[in-house]
Amino acid sequence: MDTVFTYLYQVGFAVSILVLISLGLALIFGMMKVINLAQGEFLMLGAYFCVLTSSMGAPLWIAIPVAGVLVGLFGVVVERTVIQWLYGRVLDTLLATWGVSLLMIGIVTTVAGPQSHSISSSVGRVVVGGFVVPGWSMVIIAGAVLMLLATYLILRFTNLGLIVRGTMQNPQMARALGTNTSMIYMLTFGFGSALTGLGGALLVPLFGASPTMGGLYIGKAFIAVISGGPLPLIGTMSASGLYGSIDGVMSYLFSPVLGEIIVLLVAIVMLRLLPSGITGGMRKGI
Amino acid sequence: MAVDEINTAGGLLGRPLELIFYDAQSSNQLYSQYATQALLRDEVHAIHGGVTSSSREVIRPIVQRFGGLYVYNSLYEGGVCDRRHVSTGMVPGQQLDALCPYVINERGGKRGYILAADYNYGHITSRWLQKYIRDLGGEDLAVEFIPLDVSNFSSVLARIQDAKPDVVWSALVGAAHMSFYRQFHSTIGKDEMMIAGTTYSIGREQVELSPEEGEGIILATSFYDSLGTEAADDFVSRFHEYSGETDYIGEYGEGGYRGLMLWAEAVRRAGSPEPDAVIEALGDTSFSGAGGLYTIDGQTNHTTMNIHVAVQNDKQDFEAIQTFDQMDPVDTQLVCNLHENPDDTTQYEVEL
Amino acid sequence: MLWFLFRDFRRPSGERPTVVWWLFVVAVAGVLLVWLPGTLGLAEMLDLSVVFVLALLALSMSFLWGYSGMLSFGQTAYFGLGGYVYAVSAMNLGTTTVPFLLGVLLPMAFALVVGYFIVYGRLSDVYFSVMTLVITLVLNKAVRATSGSQYVVGDVRLGGQNGIPGVPPLQVPWDPATALFIDDVYYLSVILVLVAYVGLRLALASRFGRVLVGVRENEKRLALLGYDPRRYKLGAFVIAGGLAGLSGTMFAVWGNFVAPEMFGLQRAAEVIIWVIVGGKATLIGPIVGVGLIQYLTTWLGTQGVGQVTLVLGIVLIAAVLLFREGLVPTLGTLLLRLTRLRRGDDPNKRDEP
Repeated sequence: MDTVFTYLYQVGFAVSILVLISLGLALIFGMMKVINLAQGEFLMLGAYFCVLTSSMGAPLWIAIPVAGVLVGLFGVVVERTVIQWLYGRVLDTLLATWGVSLLMIGIVTTVAGPQSHSISSSVGRVVVGGFVVPGWSMVIIAGAVLMLLATYLILRFTNLGLIVRGTMQNPQMARALGTNTSMIYMLTFGFGSALTGLGGALLVPLFGASPTMGGLYIGKAFIAVISGGPLPLIGTMSASGLYGSIDGVMSYLFSPVLGEIIVLLVAIVMLRLLPSGITGGMRKGI
Repeated sequence: MAVDEINTAGGLLGRPLELIFYDAQSSNQLYSQYATQALLRDEVHAIHGGVTSSSREVIRPIVQRFGGLYVYNSLYEGGVCDRRHVSTGMVPGQQLDALCPYVINERGGKRGYILAADYNYGHITSRWLQKYIRDLGGEDLAVEFIPLDVSNFSSVLARIQDAKPDVVWSALVGAAHMSFYRQFHSTIGKDEMMIAGTTYSIGREQVELSPEEGEGIILATSFYDSLGTEAADDFVSRFHEYSGETDYIGEYGEGGYRGLMLWAEAVRRAGSPEPDAVIEALGDTSFSGAGGLYTIDGQTNHTTMNIHVAVQNDKQDFEAIQTFDQMDPVDTQLVCNLHENPDDTTQYEVEL
Repeated sequence: MLWFLFRDFRRPSGERPTVVWWLFVVAVAGVLLVWLPGTLGLAEMLDLSVVFVLALLALSMSFLWGYSGMLSFGQTAYFGLGGYVYAVSAMNLGTTTVPFLLGVLLPMAFALVVGYFIVYGRLSDVYFSVMTLVITLVLNKAVRATSGSQYVVGDVRLGGQNGIPGVPPLQVPWDPATALFIDDVYYLSVILVLVAYVGLRLALASRFGRVLVGVRENEKRLALLGYDPRRYKLGAFVIAGGLAGLSGTMFAVWGNFVAPEMFGLQRAAEVIIWVIVGGKATLIGPIVGVGLIQYLTTWLGTQGVGQVTLVLGIVLIAAVLLFREGLVPTLGTLLLRLTRLRRGDDPNKRDEP
């Protein structure tokens, strides 16, 4: 029974991390078909804002949401200055956002230095399946669940959510019905960035914040989003679930490296079989 | 700082020193280009620098080809036998000779679990660790190699808990690996298990981790800021004044100073800055610095130095346990003899 | 008369190269091979050679992307593969002629396999690019994990993170005792780039090339006309793979080392930046791009600026937003307009096909 819990924990933890880093990207991609390669750096920015706010005296449960909001605002700025000129030019957006990511790394390194920073959480330890695990990992798992829930609730039950979904499915029709799609795009990008920043902030107590941390996660996030397909919520959940499980199990059985390589190989096969992603065939839904 | 100090005191052999600076941005391609440029266009008398083993291995052949002198000031895995290369940093033969007996004999760390960075430094150091552990009657339960970009140690920590060692030996390197110490503190904690690090403090870990996360970690280094000797305090205050900052200096920062001073001393003994002349004068060149007396061993072009074993306290600082005087680079001395084989350029590795 | 040249820079289609163009090539060759070496020192030749070596990689990218419309993040995979194949086989065999050939052929074979998998899998553009990115990531991780002493091919340790230092220089095929020194490597790399440039230009003017351009413009229409786009795409992929492999092999010869950073994301990013900055639908453009960016990065390193990443980021953003087509075509358009205005032509008149 202990072993089952251990596996459940490893998988749950790996899946949660994937959700944290890819939900924002999935929303942005699902809405505007923009592949934001600066996503990893938004994550990193969220981590740094968290460290900053926390060092100014705020407790963690305030610092984390604040970080999310700040990154959201930053995302809006990026959208207005760079992204909005490039809608429809998928590959150009790819490259421009790559430039944004390099820029962000450069700025953060200049301002905060190349070393990493951390905050310790006071949450303590938890015993799962005979092993001691960091209490904070439970917070991460909870955080991922909350993010998914919040996004679902907003999209499904609010007016704004309805408009967003409509714009996602058929932008021309939405425009014909009077929606300001430019504003919707901006809001979506902002919200997606905020989610990513939140994710980054949540990771800090266990993983720290360093200027190049984005690069560690962007590959995985990217693959999860593409494999997930056009529907942000279901796509993210299924892709994260799949890859997180494989990563969690393989890393525990063998080693972290092998876990990551196997995930990548599975991704190649998945893309070959389902080129449009897991939710590629689904027109409706979230 | 070393260059300015020498110049203020009248220069080296009466001539001012000039420092040319290249930032290779951790790219082996740029290391290659800059090293060649330095030797061919700038016609420098010595190259100091390169931190990672891969950069050193790119620079060495270039220095050999164009007849220069390369001073490598970083701790590394040992074994380089090359008369145009001088190592002023710590090697496993010195560090582990001091660290392992303390941890195993005096702290009872008989059962050890080794975590090492997955590149040649980690591989070679872990082999040395296994050798020392076994020779001292201990047990090496397992060795795991962690790639430099891995920061999620949850599976590793689960396996460690399974194995129940007395001590975790860490040869981890880099920003991602620092998360290990954080995650270890959030899971196992140092009440149950010790951590001994071979690279700890190089990345200023003690400053960046919280006090609780770093407390109790055991390390051995050739210099740390609060060493407490007159020479150490003097160096630290001079450096703070010179740089205008009070950040932790440590072995890496002091290594650059040490290397330049040793080279300058060798130049004085040779009477000329030309590389070939300086190389002849390297043996027995010594300099009394912040960590103690440093002497270059002519047989290996490595440096004999004091090794200080310390433990991190609850204030993100180190407390001295013991100083081992004048430890020779025995690991490299076993395999390298530049007097007998002056054309040797190999890096030797330990076999178990 | 110069205007023919500028028009060429703007958007060379599948036309046969003009006499002017040939003269231009010969002139450039003369400068690079005869005049320049007289004025440059060894260190400068070393710096310049790497630009030409990398230009081969840039050419492979622009050929694939600019002309066939396929954005591949994975050209660096063939680059790295070529380098490693050369290193491992040269250090095992002791000779370098065969390893050099292997360094080009094996990546082509790999490109054939990968290309078949991708092209015949009917992936859309975006997913094609993603697939190549994933392959690069896998190779990167796999090669970095080979630090242990058990990862040997013949006598050569793969070395993981650190790569393989001490790769032997290229021996003259008919005189194995002589090896190429820094200036010889310079000449070789210039010649290779010239040959590749001319070769690609001629290939594009051939039937194969025209069909490729057709694939880029409108794949469906081409298929309806009876051509099988997949075969042409695969062909382009293999040629690009071979070019990239050649670049990698030359890189190993140039620097006497190979390392996983050849497969890395940074290198992949650089290739794309060169091509974008220079102009992706031209052949000269990427070469200019490589030169500019390499010069910038090398120069920044000597200035102690410390924030090369920052500068590169700005460059990339500016290039995408401002120079839609890239530096060379934009320049070409400007020059074209200028010459037109001077001749008194109506700038609104469409230029002849």
